[in-house]
Amino acid sequence: MAILEVKNLSKNFGGLMANRDLNLEVEEGEIRGVIGPNGAGKTTFFNVISGVYKPSGGTIKFDGTFITNLSPDKIAELGAVRTFQRVALFPNFTVLENVNIGRHLHARETLFGAVFGMSKHMEIENLEKSRKIVDSLGMTEHQDELASNLPYGLQRALNVAIALATEPRLLMLDEPVAGMNPTEKAEMTRIIRLIRDEMGMTVMLVEHDMRTVMNLCDKITVIDFGEKLAEGLPQEIRENKDVIEAYLGAEDIVA
Amino acid sequence: MIRYLTALAVLAGFAIMPEVIGEYYVEIMILFMINLILASSFRLITTCGDWSLSHVVFMGVGAYATALLAKFLGWPFWGTVLLGGMASAVVGLAVVFPLLRTKGFGFFIGSFALGEFVRLIWVKFHFPFGGPRGMIGIPSIELSDIDFYEATPYYYLVLLFTIGCLAVLYRIDLSRTGRVLKAIYADEDLSKCIGINVARYRAMAFSVSAFFAGIAGVLLAHRLGAIDPKNFDVNTMVYLVIWVVVGGVGSFWGPLIGVAVMMLVGEAARPLAEWRPLLFGGILIAFLTLLPGGLDSLMSKVRELLDRRTADGTKEN
Repeated sequence: MAILEVKNLSKNFGGLMANRDLNLEVEEGEIRGVIGPNGAGKTTFFNVISGVYKPSGGTIKFDGTFITNLSPDKIAELGAVRTFQRVALFPNFTVLENVNIGRHLHARETLFGAVFGMSKHMEIENLEKSRKIVDSLGMTEHQDELASNLPYGLQRALNVAIALATEPRLLMLDEPVAGMNPTEKAEMTRIIRLIRDEMGMTVMLVEHDMRTVMNLCDKITVIDFGEKLAEGLPQEIRENKDVIEAYLGAEDIVA
Repeated sequence: MIRYLTALAVLAGFAIMPEVIGEYYVEIMILFMINLILASSFRLITTCGDWSLSHVVFMGVGAYATALLAKFLGWPFWGTVLLGGMASAVVGLAVVFPLLRTKGFGFFIGSFALGEFVRLIWVKFHFPFGGPRGMIGIPSIELSDIDFYEATPYYYLVLLFTIGCLAVLYRIDLSRTGRVLKAIYADEDLSKCIGINVARYRAMAFSVSAFFAGIAGVLLAHRLGAIDPKNFDVNTMVYLVIWVVVGGVGSFWGPLIGVAVMMLVGEAARPLAEWRPLLFGGILIAFLTLLPGGLDSLMSKVRELLDRRTADGTKEN
C-alpha cells in the first residue's frame, strides 16, 4: 500500500513554476530517492510535502489522510517527519536533550503536570527511548556534549536522531550527506539502512550525491524543471537517456 | 547540599528581615518582592524569544480586577487574587492571539500597541475604572484577625506569594514545557517539524506570565490603596526592561538579580533626583553594548573560569 500519494502537485512562486503536475507514490518500507539537477525543484517539493509551503494545486495523501493544507506540526503528528538541508538542532542542549525534545509528540505534558512533577515516570520512559536512539546511531559517548560542540558529521546524524525520536512512519531526509567526507557518507548510509531495516520506517530522501542515491535507494524519481522526468530502479535511471541528457556535464551520474 | 543551605539561609533572611530593618525599608522590600514576581514572569515570555512591551499592563489588569471586586462587590482577598490572576491570563490570551503572526521587532511593537489599547480603556472609562485619576479607596486586606494595613503583616503575605509564584515559574522553567519554549527560541522551523505547535506554546507562555503579572498587580493594588493608568504605562515597562536586561534572561536567576541590583542602584541614586532616568538609560545602553547577556552571563563566565582553574589545578597535581 502506498504510504504517500502525491497527485498533480504544483507550486509556483509568482510566475515561476517550481513544481508542475508532480505525481508520485511511495510504498511502505521503501527507500525512495528524489534527484534532479540544481534548481529542479526538489527542495520545494520537500517543503510542500512537509507543510512548510502551501501547494498551488494538487493533493498529498499520507497514510490515507489528506495532508495537503496541514501545518508542519500536524503533519509530524500524523507521522511524516522531515529533516533539513542545513544543520538544524538546538545548539544549547546536550545531544540527549536534543533527541529528547524530539519525543515531544509522545510526552503530552500539561502545564499542571509540569508544575507538580506529574510527568516524571513518562519522562523516564522518554529519556530511555532517547538514549536507545542515541545508542543505535553510535553516539553514546557524545550524549552529554553540547550539540554545538559536535563535529559536522555528528551534527547531521543528530538531525536524523531528533527526527527519529518522533517515531515517524515516513522519514523525509533533505540532502542527508551534503558536504560530508566519504567516511561520514558511509556512516550516514549505514544509518539510513538501519532506519528502514531495523526500525521499519519508510524513507524518502532528496540528494545530490549520485553514488549514495544509487546504492541506497530502491526506487528513484528524477525531477527536472519542476516536472517528473523519470522514475524507476537505480539501474533503469542510470541508463535512461533523458536523465543522462538532463545531467549532461555532471559526470558523477556514471559513478 | 550547599544549594539547599543557601536557599534556607535566603529564606531565613527574608523571614527575619522586618525585625531588623525599619518600616520604610519593609515597604521597599514589599515592592521589591512584587517586582521579583513581575520580572520572573516576564522572563517566561522571553524564553521562547518573544519580548513583550505590554507586561506591566497585565499587572494593571490584576490590580484593576482586584480593586473592582474588593471595592464594589466586597469580595474577600482569596477570591480577588485568584480572579485577578485569571482576568490577566484571559486578557493576555486575547492580546497575544493577533500577535502570534508576528515575531521579533513586530511582536515587540505590536504588544506595545495592544497593551496601550487595554490601558486606554482605563483612561477613557470613568465608570468603573475612574478614568485618568484611577481608583482610590481600595480596601486593605483582612484575613481572619490580621490587619494587613500594617507593613509587616503585608510583608509576610507578599513573601508567601513570592515564594509560591517563583516556585511555580521555576518548575515550569525546568520542565519539558520550559525546554520546549527554549527549543522554539533556538529553531522555530525545526520545532514545528518535530510536531511542536509553536503558536500554542507561545500563547501559553504569554498567558501564564500574564497570570503572574496579574497576581503581582493584586498585591500592589492592596498595598498602594490607589491605582491609576499611569502606574502601568510604558515608563514602568521600560524600568522592567532595564531590570531584565541588566540581570539577563539566560537563567531563572538573572531577572531576580537584575531587580535586586537596579532597585539598590535606584535607592542609592535618590540624591540625583530628576537625573535618575538618565543614569538608568546609561546603564541600559551600557549593558546592551558591553554585556548583552546581563549579570547572569557574567556569573556563568566566572563559574567557567573557576572550573577551568580547578581543572588545571587537578591536572598539575
